[in-house]
Amino acid sequence: MVTEIHSIIPLLAVLVSMIASVLILASGRYPNLREGWTFAAAAIKFGLVISILPLILDGKIVTYTVIEMLPDLPIAFKVDAFGILFAITSSFLWILVSSYSVGYMRSLNEHAQTRYYFCFAIALSSAVGIAFSANLITLFLFYELLTISTYPLVAHIETPEAISSGRKYLTYLMIAGVALLFSILVVYHETGTTEFAFGGIAGMDVFSKTALAVLFITFMIGCAKAAFMPLHAWLPAAMIAPTPVSALLHAVAVVKAGVFTAVRIILYVFGVDLMRESGLWLYMAYFVSITIILASIYALMQDNLKKRLAYSTVSQLSYILLGAVLITPHGITGGMLHIPYHAFMKITLFMCAGALIVTAKKENISDMNGIGRQMPITMLAFTVGALGMIGMPPAGGYVTKWFLLLGAAEMHSMILIAVLLVSAVLNAAYFFPVVYVAFFKKPDHELAYKEAPLTMLVPIVVTAILSIVIGIWPDAPGMFLDIVNIAVANVTGGI
Amino acid sequence: MAGFEIITNNLPVLTVVLPLMAGFLTPIVGLIDRRLPWYWVMLATFVILLITSSNLVTVIATGTIHYHLGGWNPPFGIEYVIDLLNGFVCLIIAFIGFMVSIYSKESVKKEVPGKTTQFYTVFMLLITGLMGITITGDIFNFYVFLEISSLTAYSLISMGDRGDALVASFNYLIMGTVAASFILLGIGYLYAVTGTLNMADMHRLIPNIYESKVVLAALAFFMVGFSIKVGLFPLHAWLPDAYTHAPSTGSALIAGLMTKVGVYAMIRFMFSVFTPVFVIDMTRMTEILSWAAALAIIMGSVFAIAQSDIKRMLAYSSISQIGYILLGVGLANVIGMQGGLLHILNHALMKCALFLVAGAIFYRTGIRNLYQFQGLGRKMPVTTTVFLIAGLSMIGVPGTVGFTSKWYLALGSIDAGQWLFVVIILVSSLLNLAYFWRVFDNIWFGHPHEIEHLQRDEAPLSMLVPMVILAALCVFFGLFAYYPVHYVLEPLSEALLGIGAMP
Repeated sequence: MVTEIHSIIPLLAVLVSMIASVLILASGRYPNLREGWTFAAAAIKFGLVISILPLILDGKIVTYTVIEMLPDLPIAFKVDAFGILFAITSSFLWILVSSYSVGYMRSLNEHAQTRYYFCFAIALSSAVGIAFSANLITLFLFYELLTISTYPLVAHIETPEAISSGRKYLTYLMIAGVALLFSILVVYHETGTTEFAFGGIAGMDVFSKTALAVLFITFMIGCAKAAFMPLHAWLPAAMIAPTPVSALLHAVAVVKAGVFTAVRIILYVFGVDLMRESGLWLYMAYFVSITIILASIYALMQDNLKKRLAYSTVSQLSYILLGAVLITPHGITGGMLHIPYHAFMKITLFMCAGALIVTAKKENISDMNGIGRQMPITMLAFTVGALGMIGMPPAGGYVTKWFLLLGAAEMHSMILIAVLLVSAVLNAAYFFPVVYVAFFKKPDHELAYKEAPLTMLVPIVVTAILSIVIGIWPDAPGMFLDIVNIAVANVTGGI
Repeated sequence: MAGFEIITNNLPVLTVVLPLMAGFLTPIVGLIDRRLPWYWVMLATFVILLITSSNLVTVIATGTIHYHLGGWNPPFGIEYVIDLLNGFVCLIIAFIGFMVSIYSKESVKKEVPGKTTQFYTVFMLLITGLMGITITGDIFNFYVFLEISSLTAYSLISMGDRGDALVASFNYLIMGTVAASFILLGIGYLYAVTGTLNMADMHRLIPNIYESKVVLAALAFFMVGFSIKVGLFPLHAWLPDAYTHAPSTGSALIAGLMTKVGVYAMIRFMFSVFTPVFVIDMTRMTEILSWAAALAIIMGSVFAIAQSDIKRMLAYSSISQIGYILLGVGLANVIGMQGGLLHILNHALMKCALFLVAGAIFYRTGIRNLYQFQGLGRKMPVTTTVFLIAGLSMIGVPGTVGFTSKWYLALGSIDAGQWLFVVIILVSSLLNLAYFWRVFDNIWFGHPHEIEHLQRDEAPLSMLVPMVILAALCVFFGLFAYYPVHYVLEPLSEALLGIGAMP
């Protein structure tokens, strides 16, 4: 039996950025004070999340019931290893992206910055709320809040195109919300609870095989934030948002909330045993394989760097889902570990793309000839991220890919192994040209050295270095692999 | 001390007598000073709010209150009965009445200039009628109050937009009179076969005459009559015009309360004048009702999407929302019933807030076309935030009241095995999203540069306070729905369906 500790810290970690959002709104006229709140909240939030970590590494879980919303339907937090993995990732990267945001938004002299920081803070609250949710209903609450709070960020520039992209975003995600709600209702009606359990919710076996498959499908539609095909179209559309939004939200918080939810549902609602007995794992594995390959091919066809990164994200997110449905300890390790690993590497790539927009005013790869001479540090960081995506050492990507391959091998699936390998080749095919264009092609005209402002450059360098650190020393004590090992032990029952 | 006891013993009847007296005294107060009626009405509605709260607390603590008018014992005299159902509805009426009366000050001054005293007189009489309908245990007394509330509503609406309001009011008058005739006929029929006018007495006698065609006809007349009164699709034709052209304050009051009281009457007649067995199993009236309600949910939302006048959009949205309530009732299981009843409270809060916002925007800018709302987010930040919260409630975002009732309604539909209704409820929240998000977009997005120069020009404080309170309650009851559900709705739903006794 896992020891439960009651503590208000999870609630505080969620609330701190909510409170900050109010302060941000109140101090809209003083930009420095306003950004001060963002930094303070980000630091406090990260501190609070980290303060829970020792308990989790000790094998305990931290719970807190906030209120009884309806009889038998509490809003409650339960921090376990998997939850804290996502919480650490998003709250740590928020600190870096805050710095990056300040540089980006001020360089471009963007309008409505108060709204921007306000919504950003709420989105972060929602992401950590999702990470710490003890049950489906709490998760749904924050899931919807995340959708709504990110809409103003997507539609930020307010051109007709941005608004129609925002509408697309909203439509996809709200339909997903409805599907998720439907699934939650069915689970609650049949089992009388929505609380996550390590082996899956007890009583899920009351469903017939067909009903279970339908329920699984509606649940997965509900996880459209995970951007698997054919429910991915909102993600490239959302690239119209300012780059820090793309970086933190559409590479980390929102899409990771989607895969996090999907993994929670697969492993903590359905459970490993039910997934295996029903054979659902195999269908889902093939289904996400299609996304892994197709999205990479779409990425090949994009000239706009942010769009290419978006399709790359679509493909990489399905790695995580694939890992979860492999339902072997190694597969799940690979999937879960890819959440922080992909986050660090992809955020590096997005921040580089944003730096290119701000400094060189370039969005398309075909215009980037020799840009590495103008912005060597940025493009070096980009190369690190790209290596990670492809799965080449020293960046972290190879670690997760290794675990995924092990998992696929354990399930004796040659097809899935082939998918992973082909996808690595495709990743190389769409990332190396960028690196090649930047460093080896001759620029059209002479480029002087000019990097992005320090507020932007520092976060880029930090995440690039961290991407390497998690690659060459993945088993550092207390690092992600430790956390994931506990989470995997929880869900597979072996401690 | 004796005086105090007289008051506490007579609290049930004071809920009706107090607004009635206050209404008749309003012209006199208005004669002294034209500004006084607002204070007077606010005071009166506040006292009524206290009385109804005390009534509900008493009912929860000690059970149903019976009050015999003039000391005459039923079934001969008129009896007022307060149980959980009407205690709950009375409190909603009193609360919304109080909120709207605070709000009314500036709005009435601007929209019905020179007639404020008349307006407030009618306002109080409308509250009287609604309270009376809710509280009475006598079926003919019920009809009297129904007429009081209808007549006052007609005149309240006619005070609105010049010309249009008169037509709307007249339409409503015709439809309302047809409805009232149906109801009166139903009452006559029941009186003819049971020989009593007391609701509880009828409830006792009707099981003996289930086979009688007269009883069946009476039920049909009641259902048609009340369906018109609540604007159940396709008998809704009077509603959009009436809500659109009434003065803002009147719209908020009528939209928040009129139809709710109609729904209350429908529930009261179906389950405690007739019997659950009769309406659920024998005549299958609840099943018919649930299908009609499902149709209303979809059609109301579809029509709402087509509107550009904000008040008309809200009116069609009301048609859809009334469908929610009746769907819950029609599901005829405890969970669905809880959802329906909870939605009476929830919809009153949300819709009243939305109409108040529409009124405040109209007061400041004179605009009702939602496509002209650009820049309002900067100009009236508090008002538009209230709109955002209430609008998200309508969509049913978790954490707001709209979610809790949607949850129960969908769960009740699953419980009844009606998967189509589950789909309708969920799809309707997407339709709500479609027509509310359009307004949000117009308020906050699309014109970043044109609105830079706009100055803040917020609604007056007397308007802001009730709007903010209502929005806060939308969130409060969204997160703490446990309290109304546990203390009122659970026992109430079981009692109505004949599963448990009314405490």
